[in-house]
Amino acid sequence: MKNYDIVVIGGGPAGLAAAIEAKKQGIKKVLVIERDIELGGILQQCIHNGFGVHIFKEELTGPEYAQRYINMAREENIELLMDTIVTSITKDKRVRATNCGGILDIQAKAIVLTMGCRERTRGACAIPGDRPSGVLTAGAAQRFINIEGYNVGKKVIILGAGDIGMIMARRIVLEGGEVIAVLARGNIVKGLTRNIVQCLDHYNIPLLMNHNIIEIKGKERMTSVVVAQTDERKDVIPGTEKEYECDTLLLSVGLIPENELSRQAGIIIDRKTSGPVVNESMETSVEGIFASGNVVHVHDVVDFVTEESCRAGRNAARYVKGEISAESEAMNVVVSGGLSYCVPHKIRLSAMPDKMDLFLRVEDIYPEAKIVIKNQGKELARFKKTHLTPGEMIKQTVVKALFKDCKGDLEITLEVEGGKK
Amino acid sequence: MEKDLVCIVCPIGCRLKITGSIEKMVVSGGKCTKAIGYAHDELTNPTRMICTTARIKGGIHKVIPVKTDKPIRDEFKFDVVEEVNKLNLVSPVKMGDIVIANVCGTDVNIVAERDM
Repeated sequence: MKNYDIVVIGGGPAGLAAAIEAKKQGIKKVLVIERDIELGGILQQCIHNGFGVHIFKEELTGPEYAQRYINMAREENIELLMDTIVTSITKDKRVRATNCGGILDIQAKAIVLTMGCRERTRGACAIPGDRPSGVLTAGAAQRFINIEGYNVGKKVIILGAGDIGMIMARRIVLEGGEVIAVLARGNIVKGLTRNIVQCLDHYNIPLLMNHNIIEIKGKERMTSVVVAQTDERKDVIPGTEKEYECDTLLLSVGLIPENELSRQAGIIIDRKTSGPVVNESMETSVEGIFASGNVVHVHDVVDFVTEESCRAGRNAARYVKGEISAESEAMNVVVSGGLSYCVPHKIRLSAMPDKMDLFLRVEDIYPEAKIVIKNQGKELARFKKTHLTPGEMIKQTVVKALFKDCKGDLEITLEVEGGKK
Repeated sequence: MEKDLVCIVCPIGCRLKITGSIEKMVVSGGKCTKAIGYAHDELTNPTRMICTTARIKGGIHKVIPVKTDKPIRDEFKFDVVEEVNKLNLVSPVKMGDIVIANVCGTDVNIVAERDM
């Protein structure tokens, strides 16, 4: 049995930021366990630019952003275990991992979960038809093209207007392939607005709203798909079916936090985010186990993952040093009126810093709305917001003084003027 | 002139309204001053960052990500990728190393995005 102060599970942007911050707080024995053969996580395949605008005030690519944190991790002498997969964690913070050397058992004083998320697949959206090769997730295609150096297809159709789908549409066109269209399954684009502009508009790739794929055809390799328009309930409109010849279908239909390990340890998972319920310190329902990044909720900007993970790393360090005071009872953060979730889910005033960021997401598009924070019916604050969309997370800074005399639930709601859209 | 643009300088994606003439543009809707420069460039001389991969021998992977070190004129975007696809790099390469200088006869260089 090996002993560490803090074990970080996952060496992507979240894990690196948490480990570096814990080390900076004076924790000596910090270990990062990564299942891939190198650090950086999914950033390594995100070769496009646009990362780091908030933190570095410049536009970096994914690998550049990762390289900066990998270099910082090296400077801090953080211990790394690569090509190693964690198979279980327990409530009393035992970590079991395996690699080519065998099985490793580790006792940690605190754990930070930073396993990220994974893509929804064809099975998750139940597309009928044949099962030929050529159907893959957009992220898998991204890995094939940008890391392994293979092309995935010549004539491609993309289902789902998520960020990775749009970014891959541009990438395939740049490499000489043809993208027939990107199909959005509803009337809302899930990805960032800037990606519609710079990935689709600039490359003349059609974006078809309210469309879905109703059949995949092909014996060995895919030969075509049948596409149809959908109504507001996302049901197919008969008579709108159209067949497109293509050899590849990319799916960009959502990401799910990867929480098999968290569940094993008995950590409470939020149904809305599919990630652990966390408090102001990014601590899960199990004391001493923290979580941050896409394993908690799927982010659209890596800078926010880094900020959130610094918070997790800093508080894991405080926990190990016995500095977290949890005297006051946690207030539940309850959202309503068009908000889909808020992270953190709970706030303990005694452990809350003077200033803290809340991460919120909306369920629909609102050109103008106000975020209103209430406690026991009394309004504490309201923040005016413009151009809210489900694809863009809201970061709202709040000060501790605001919640001074609060008891019970903290209610956060959206007040919309002039209705939706 | 009246044109709608979405500013893509940062992930916020401000919706801009551009009125006036090309010489005297009036840009509204931007949360910061960068929107003015963006709108002007986009309507007079659009440029793009191009990110792609180059073959490499002796590295942890078979390809390494590379990018233009500054935005390049839109008309060159496919030529840039074609030039990069001719490369056969050899490890070690450091982040920021120039792998093609003055690509396509412009003052833009192609640089490595990471160490490999």
